[in-house]
Amino acid sequence: MALLAVENVTRRFGGIVALADVSLALEKGQIVGLIGPNGAGKTTLFNLVTRLYRPNSGRILFDDKDLTRTPAYRIVRLGIARTFQNVVLFQHMTVLENLLVGAHSRLRPFSGGRGRKQALQMLEYLQLGEFGERLPGGLPFGTLKRVELARALAARPTLLLLDEPAGGLNHEEVGELADVIRRLRRDFDLTILLVEHHMSLVMSVSDRVHVLNFGRKIAEGTPGEVQANPAVIEAYLGAESVDAA
Amino acid sequence: MRRWTSPALQGLVLAVAVVLIALLPRFTSEFRLGQFTYVAIYFVALLGLNILTGYNGQISLGHAAFMGIGGYTAAVLILGRKGFELLGQHPSHVIPDHGMRAVFTIPIAGLVAGATGYLFGIPALRLGGHSLALATLAVAVSFPAVAKRFEHLTGGGGGLSLPLPHAPLGWHISTPHWLYYEAWVSAGILFVVAWLLVRGRVGRAWRAIRDGEIAAVSSGVSPAVYKTLAFGISAAYAGVAGALFAIQVSYINPDTFPVTLSILLLASVVIGGLSSLSGVIVGALVLEFLPIYAQAPPLLHLHFAKQAGPVVFGIALMVIVLLMPGGAASLIRRITRPVTGALARKG
Repeated sequence: MALLAVENVTRRFGGIVALADVSLALEKGQIVGLIGPNGAGKTTLFNLVTRLYRPNSGRILFDDKDLTRTPAYRIVRLGIARTFQNVVLFQHMTVLENLLVGAHSRLRPFSGGRGRKQALQMLEYLQLGEFGERLPGGLPFGTLKRVELARALAARPTLLLLDEPAGGLNHEEVGELADVIRRLRRDFDLTILLVEHHMSLVMSVSDRVHVLNFGRKIAEGTPGEVQANPAVIEAYLGAESVDAA
Repeated sequence: MRRWTSPALQGLVLAVAVVLIALLPRFTSEFRLGQFTYVAIYFVALLGLNILTGYNGQISLGHAAFMGIGGYTAAVLILGRKGFELLGQHPSHVIPDHGMRAVFTIPIAGLVAGATGYLFGIPALRLGGHSLALATLAVAVSFPAVAKRFEHLTGGGGGLSLPLPHAPLGWHISTPHWLYYEAWVSAGILFVVAWLLVRGRVGRAWRAIRDGEIAAVSSGVSPAVYKTLAFGISAAYAGVAGALFAIQVSYINPDTFPVTLSILLLASVVIGGLSSLSGVIVGALVLEFLPIYAQAPPLLHLHFAKQAGPVVFGIALMVIVLLMPGGAASLIRRITRPVTGALARKG
């Protein structure tokens, strides 16, 4: 049984079809890559799964439960946490408090020290221990990305949606990221859906890869299959290049 | 930026403040004491407004109306129908027959104003920024007219005179002293409540919504729940302040809580420092004393018109917004940072 099943989902904005009849499924424990040129609908798909948007048609099943009528703030309680493409942190709250908000759905009112202790452990795990009492402003971008990741993990999700985790990172950090993602899956028993432009990262960590172009799914398969798929090459390089080759 | 003070220093400052407040009546005239009672009352109202505006990012230009609801609730309960009739009024049948002791009406006033604020918070969910400012302003503008219209509940334009309260249980202190302690004990309790709320799970949810609603939602925070809660609690604080105000003045009429008070409250929150509980005391002192000293600046031997108060207030607000957007709280932080050895600068 798939942990997440997106079934024939369509989402329009005015006259523009951002996603057209897209289906994909994630088995428990998989790392699945979602790639496609800019504007292909990858982030739209994230926003549909996290219920920031509602699909015009189609269903999204998580653990066999239809999410279509679930309010957005309940999504994380069901076990789905996410990061954002352009890092959205709470700017006037410390790094530690950002994590505590991430754990909001797991904490009781006035729960006191337990949540704090777990958040500190999470900071240590992602090598952010020294930043706990800092505000996000002024921290390096790579650090902010890890803070956002830590906030998502603080919710103890079963499904983690990563929106361009390599974006804005330097070469060395991208290299480490592949290890981090694999380690996350192992240590937290996660299933991961990864939107990413950095091809070598996607191809090295993903069990399966789905390719979107202009809101439609044009290919799916193992990293090897997808890289060899003519439709994918065309989408990325343009038809002329394929002809030329 | 790190926390600006250690818990030990915060505790010390709080202890000193409590001692000062407790001892002040020994060293000051009853007239001055009355002024410091108003400081406590404004302190309560500003705590509530700061929860809403500073911590939750929702603006209110209508808090005088919530104070008014609290004030009238207290006044009506203190008088009872018998009291109304003694004033030559024709009271509504919903008013209880007999009056209550003033001090017991304070929490009830908080609940009534809080419930009203909570209900107002529901349509406010659809508004934000300028629209919310206008909607709350509309509440403040209409409040005096509404209060005049419902004469059987409010005594109409003539207002309601309240009996002078006395200290309970044969406690031999004068009425101004009793009112002073009543106001400051209420303020102390509500300060602790605000502190517990703001630093805990609820406060984090409020601040998360203020900093970024989408990220807050994705972290499991329901904006509807927490924004209406902030409105309700904020209005409850205003209601308690309004009740204390009516008891302190022993009189209430529709113009006791005018629109200008709403605006001055918001200005004072900004002057004290948004999302700073310690800054609120500065805001309350400014709100009480600035208009008085603006009219007759000490040492300068000048006497300005009564209207000088709001003018000076406006200038102070502009200076603060331009030079230190964090308000008085950020100034205190700047001064204490080297003292406490708090390191790392705000980035």
